[in-house]
Amino acid sequence: MKNYEVVIGLEVHAELSTKTKMYCGCSAAFGSDPNTHCCPICTGMPGVLPVLNGKAVEYAVKAGLATNCEIARFSKQDRKNYFYPDLPKAYQTSQYDLPLCKNGYIEFKVGDTQKRVGITRIHIEEDAGKLIHDAYTGDTLVDMNRCAVPLIEIVSEPDMRSAEEAINYMQTLKSILEYLEISDCKMQEGSLRCDVNLSIRPIGQKEFGTRTETKNLNSFKSIQRAIEFEIQRQIDEIEAGRQIFQETRRWDDDKGYGYAMRSKEDAHDYRYFPEPDLAPIVLSDEYINEIKKELPEMPHIKKQRYMSEFNLPEYDSEQITSSKEVAGYFEKAVSICNNPKAVANWIMGDFAKMLNESDITVNESKILPENLAKLIMLTDNQTISSAIAKKVFIDMFETGKNAQDIVNEKGLVQITDEGAIKQIVERIVSENAQSVADYKAGKDKAIGFLVGQIMKESKGKANPQVVNKLLLEVLNK
Amino acid sequence: MDLYKLSLSEIAKKIKSKEVSIKDVLDSVYSRIEDVESKINAYVTLTKENAYKRAEILQIKLDAGEDIGVLGGVPIAIKDNICIKDVKTTCSSRMLQNFVPPYTATVVEKLENMGAIVLGKTNMDEFAMGSSTESSYIKKTCNPWDLSRVPGGSSGGSAASVSADMAYASLGSDTGGSIRQPASLCSVVGLKPTYGVVSRYGLVAFASSLDQIGPFSKTVEDAAIMLNAISGHDTMDSTSADIEYPDYTKSLVNDVNGFKIGIPTKFISEGLNPDVKKAYEESIELLKNKGAQIVEIDLDYAKYSLAVYYILATAEASSNLGRYDGIKYGYRTKDFDDLTDLYKKSRTEGFGAEVKRRIILGTYVLSSGYYDAYYKKAQQVRTLIINDFKKAYEKVDVIMVPTAPNTAFKFGEKTENPIEMYLEDIFTVPVNIAGLPGISIPCGFDSKNMPIGLQFIADAFEESKLLRVAYTYEQNTGFHKIKPEIK
Repeated sequence: MKNYEVVIGLEVHAELSTKTKMYCGCSAAFGSDPNTHCCPICTGMPGVLPVLNGKAVEYAVKAGLATNCEIARFSKQDRKNYFYPDLPKAYQTSQYDLPLCKNGYIEFKVGDTQKRVGITRIHIEEDAGKLIHDAYTGDTLVDMNRCAVPLIEIVSEPDMRSAEEAINYMQTLKSILEYLEISDCKMQEGSLRCDVNLSIRPIGQKEFGTRTETKNLNSFKSIQRAIEFEIQRQIDEIEAGRQIFQETRRWDDDKGYGYAMRSKEDAHDYRYFPEPDLAPIVLSDEYINEIKKELPEMPHIKKQRYMSEFNLPEYDSEQITSSKEVAGYFEKAVSICNNPKAVANWIMGDFAKMLNESDITVNESKILPENLAKLIMLTDNQTISSAIAKKVFIDMFETGKNAQDIVNEKGLVQITDEGAIKQIVERIVSENAQSVADYKAGKDKAIGFLVGQIMKESKGKANPQVVNKLLLEVLNK
Repeated sequence: MDLYKLSLSEIAKKIKSKEVSIKDVLDSVYSRIEDVESKINAYVTLTKENAYKRAEILQIKLDAGEDIGVLGGVPIAIKDNICIKDVKTTCSSRMLQNFVPPYTATVVEKLENMGAIVLGKTNMDEFAMGSSTESSYIKKTCNPWDLSRVPGGSSGGSAASVSADMAYASLGSDTGGSIRQPASLCSVVGLKPTYGVVSRYGLVAFASSLDQIGPFSKTVEDAAIMLNAISGHDTMDSTSADIEYPDYTKSLVNDVNGFKIGIPTKFISEGLNPDVKKAYEESIELLKNKGAQIVEIDLDYAKYSLAVYYILATAEASSNLGRYDGIKYGYRTKDFDDLTDLYKKSRTEGFGAEVKRRIILGTYVLSSGYYDAYYKKAQQVRTLIINDFKKAYEKVDVIMVPTAPNTAFKFGEKTENPIEMYLEDIFTVPVNIAGLPGISIPCGFDSKNMPIGLQFIADAFEESKLLRVAYTYEQNTGFHKIKPEIK
């Protein structure tokens, strides 16, 4: 590995979240009964004609603008011809030589360094249907619900040099698409998937090595593993004195193994030609400027704002802004409790862990942002201790109850009355002569034990700062 | 009186005035079909039951004083590559022999909204590929003027049905001459509108950038009435023209005084049958006498039209016909080993020779490495041809050429030599390449009494000019009144 440099380029397919399909009025929604979202047009009946969904163009232009692309004032659609049962017209309508967007880039952090990856092009195309293999009868059935759902294909330059960079690129791209609200980006449903083009070359060599293309990866984990597998495979081949062949490969995530699918010689000749049933796409400056105006604040801008406006560390800002949903939640909570760091800590700490374990998103949880804000306010005004806050949080997560109600119901209000705490302190000190002696003999550790006993006695409600202060006073008397 | 002999406008008036019932009209046409269809074989499917049902409904409306449309109760025929819901649409191919579309083409909806009644679906060259209707898998349509000769094609059934008085009008489709050439061979009026004037939604595609639906009729007036009914912007067809559509019947003026008619002498000098040439020259004289100005024009690139056509049309066809793969609908082979075998056998058995020839040609010209030499070059020449016409229309109102270099030929005469068959379209193909409107009208007969057609070509969206000159010619000749004696 250390002698080779890896070169990676990604082709990312994102299904656009338009209400209707690319060329007809059928619903583009995912997950309905097979063949219920189709009509003569998207099933390729003889004689039908396509009418382009303007939303698909608008969404693709948004993606182009958000990735610093040039937007073509004139582009066209082309037919990509091939036979497959999930493709009822026997051609996919795509864009060949005149894509909607080109020459862009995105930037992201890899470790401490800023990485820029070029975007070669973004074009619109239609999705194919789905083949379902019936294990019981042995039949293969076609579900055409997905036929002609609009897609964008985002092709990167071969600018990535490791699996980590590829994953970061994917994550950044995903967050951009989510911010734009143009794709669900649900990898498990196939609405975001990618093909990995990969080659290796001896460090210092200018020319690229022969590349392979691993198709249709639909989770970050499989992208990572497929890349690592392919790097190792290519190194092994070269080290063994063999050649790398230009080929299309398939990744089996269950087996953790990649297979060659077809070689360059077997590659399809797609016989691209301009789609005669559709007029060229001509966009005016006004149209593009309108879309520009509608673009939301993008993650990298938001991150900078969090750092300056909320004084959040870069790491926190990056983490929170990587998801539009999380950022929205964060801002709502901060607007109420005015303690950005505390909100960030919750969101990145216990909250994130629990969401992960329950496999839900922040907006799907029972804790409303105003509720999290209240919990923080209760801690900030010392009504409860941070230890109690953690317990209350678990309760909130499970029941969705208001923080104040939980605190009231369970009598968790913090004791800050010095008189009351002093009584407990004195009792514990008198009951633990050995620890007191240890402390006096210079063993500072003993103090921790004593604090623990006091907190236990107060059922965690004693204010820790007051406990510390009073304990030292008593001990040093 | 034999109602079936009347023109569309005549029968529509009689129905409207309740001089005759719609049922009487249907009875007359269907009995005519019974008498001569066994000799002509124009129809693939008759929709008699539906026709009588519609007749009944329309008659009730008419009797109740409702307006049933300009085509109210008029029986017409539809080429079998235009979809009608629940009626077989075969494209005269084994591939679609049992295909029943789940939707109706825009043109048919429009005709029905205007009160027309569909008599049946007409025979054609398979997938509209041919100039004689001989490539039909279903049947052999004969020319009403001589049963041993072809009716032309590809809309041979539509032309023959009107020529033999088996329909008052019909719809055809024209990709390289498929309306005008059979109209010429059968002595009826055939109009190919400007690309985009008639919606293609529901027309089974052959070559998408060239295909256009148009009417066959007994008179120029009827062609104008039909064009009024079927033209117009359609949101279902992205190539449909969003323009102001005129009332085409307003162009039916018997006057060409000062009209400039372009004659591309060089272009039509080769391969022209002497009888056709004579009729053409007489037509020039006639129009000159009516006050038209005859202007010599050049169409330098028109001679490359056939070459361009057989690249672009086949390229588009190879893609358009990919969907007939034996998976979803249409013909599927009985025995197959795997998916590839299923595709191969279904397409080998489902398509006829001419269709396969064109799919292979089209696949070849789009193949990587050949695209630039063929498809791209053809597109460039297409632009030159368009410019040729543009230049011409700076000088003239319409261009006049024969519709076809020859009259109807015998069955089998040209099937052995596809190139000879392709040459029959030399005067019609340039019009499709340039997306222009063209009309063929009867202009005489050859020594064997076979009809000759005269073609007018106008600039895009200038159908009104076409209709005016064609109407004037028709009113001053009367060839359209001469009917074939079917024997």
